[in-house]
Amino acid sequence: MSISIEPEKCIGCGLCTEVCPGNLLQVKAGKAAIRDVRDCWGCTACVKECPRDAIFYYLSADLGGAGGRLYAHDTAVSLTWQLRLPDGSEQEIIVAKNKANAY
Amino acid sequence: MEVLDKTADVLIVGGGAAGCYAAITLAAEHPELRVLLVDKAGIKRSGCLAAGVNALNAYITPGHSPEDYADYAAKDAAGIVRDDLLLTMSRGLNEVTHRMEELGLVILKDERGQYVSRGWRNLKINGENIKLLLAAAVRKSQNVEVLEQVSVVDYLQADDGSVTGAWGVGVRQEKLYFLQAKAVICATGGAAGLYRPNHPGSSRHKMWYSPFNTGAGYAMGLRAGAEMTTFEMRFIALRCKDTIAPTGTLAQGVGAAQVNAAGERYQHRYGNTTSERLYAVVSENLAGRGPCYLETEGITEEQQASLERAYLNMAPAQTMKWRETGLGPASANVEVEGSEPYVVGGHTASGYWIDAARATTLPGLFAAGDVAGGCPQKYVTGAFVEGKIAAESAAAYAKGQRQPALPPAVRQRIMARVSALLKPPAASPLFTAAGLEEAMQQVMDEYAGGITTGYRYTERQLDLAAKHIGRLTRLSEDLRAADGYELVQLFELQERLLICRVLIEHLKARRETRWHSFAENLDYPGKDPALEKYVNSRLEAGKVKIIYRDLVKRGEWYEHQH
Repeated sequence: MSISIEPEKCIGCGLCTEVCPGNLLQVKAGKAAIRDVRDCWGCTACVKECPRDAIFYYLSADLGGAGGRLYAHDTAVSLTWQLRLPDGSEQEIIVAKNKANAY
Repeated sequence: MEVLDKTADVLIVGGGAAGCYAAITLAAEHPELRVLLVDKAGIKRSGCLAAGVNALNAYITPGHSPEDYADYAAKDAAGIVRDDLLLTMSRGLNEVTHRMEELGLVILKDERGQYVSRGWRNLKINGENIKLLLAAAVRKSQNVEVLEQVSVVDYLQADDGSVTGAWGVGVRQEKLYFLQAKAVICATGGAAGLYRPNHPGSSRHKMWYSPFNTGAGYAMGLRAGAEMTTFEMRFIALRCKDTIAPTGTLAQGVGAAQVNAAGERYQHRYGNTTSERLYAVVSENLAGRGPCYLETEGITEEQQASLERAYLNMAPAQTMKWRETGLGPASANVEVEGSEPYVVGGHTASGYWIDAARATTLPGLFAAGDVAGGCPQKYVTGAFVEGKIAAESAAAYAKGQRQPALPPAVRQRIMARVSALLKPPAASPLFTAAGLEEAMQQVMDEYAGGITTGYRYTERQLDLAAKHIGRLTRLSEDLRAADGYELVQLFELQERLLICRVLIEHLKARRETRWHSFAENLDYPGKDPALEKYVNSRLEAGKVKIIYRDLVKRGEWYEHQH
């Protein structure tokens, strides 16, 4: 279970390093880097925090992962989750912030 | 190494649910006190609530009373609870819920403006941003200073044993912090990472509880001489397979029953407490009737869409899995499995032995949330209430105290110890902290009732576990750290090893099986009425001393005998 950082999108702002509950993220040579992907809890705090959508979340092979990449775009009113599947298709789920879970 | 000093009236160690709520309570009720909140990470997402939470699982709905809630928790724990703690917690649940709504938490309401409950004690919310709301409220508090990325290692104590602060190390830089205060609130959470997890390799931290909650508060308390309770009531979560996402949303939300591979509903054969729901899955698997599932097949597309959103608000992995496989809960039942065991005080009852004011057995030290024992099923709102009670008690205590002064000899001793740990070793080391952690988890898994043995153990196995944990503890004393981050990992390993050692003694002391799976002793398969007692412990001269205490029942209030 882990996250991956796309260095070409990362601007090295360091916001992700402030929200990782395990202090796993660092800025090294101007880019965010994770100390050890095995230590990620999968909370997606950094995925939501990144202003450039440069961090995605994926399911490791041992969790049944199939290569999809999950991005989150955070605005004042919603969290938009975007799933990019290995076949090139994209899916989007928008979760309104002012709406409670039905369950 | 740089050394920094800070002083406060009240020091809060840990900025999760309980710690943040303690801070905002002190801001609202005692603006005259100087408060210092220290956290190992950044409080915006630190602790258990990092990803969000799906519901508020503890709330008293109209027609029910705090006594009902205490009765429910007592039944689930087969009587090993503190009624005084449960009642004081339950009485505060609704007030903290309203406060969270004021802070911006979205809670589902009907057209008359009443909260919509899930069952009689759960509220439906959007809990994705609950930690952000708490952290923002703390930041607005003028009398609260927040110190982040500092890992606290041990308490500072006066000669009489009272707690006068804590010391810690920087996670990012090699810095040593001395934090002195008139009163200290411990809110560091419970302990994960003691047992080999479901996925020990590349997903070793994909677990129910925060892998960054290492049990620091338990270890600090034990080393300082505090009394602990009920470590042996381990918590093991029943989760969605692989993603380790919550199952309650499916079971309670859409009414999904547990079924085995043959499609049989089996729960009635095992009972319906938290531990029995887990035990049912373990037993069905052992009997060759697995895998087990939550029966979601046939729910509507609309229900499925709502579930996808609910999971994104707390455990995105589950929604991702449904979408990646193309098999959502409407078309396929959701497989379930048990997690590895944890030591926590928010679901089960492990932690500091406290009085109703949330004072520990050490003067000046208060405890709240998962680190506080005797009060299970407190969940997030109960942790808030305990944070509030601990804050009020700590404030009252602090007012009668003078600012402590750390003796130079103590300061020198701690500085020398930390410097020594950062010195390069004379020879290339044979072992690493990560290697010893893995070995510890294997010992606990195989000999102290982990996943491998179906959570079961014997006395002989526990003796072997104790022997190996002793060996690993000795090996851990030779470890050295190259930087601040490694130093924190070294301290965390030593915390966990101490908690394992004490946990094993607790498991040995409860010579019965009061809770299936949570403490399943194969040498004593039934309940023993003589053990309707708390198993408590304290470190005395380096040895674990077990203390049996009588139950505190309805109408009784426990008081410390200082």
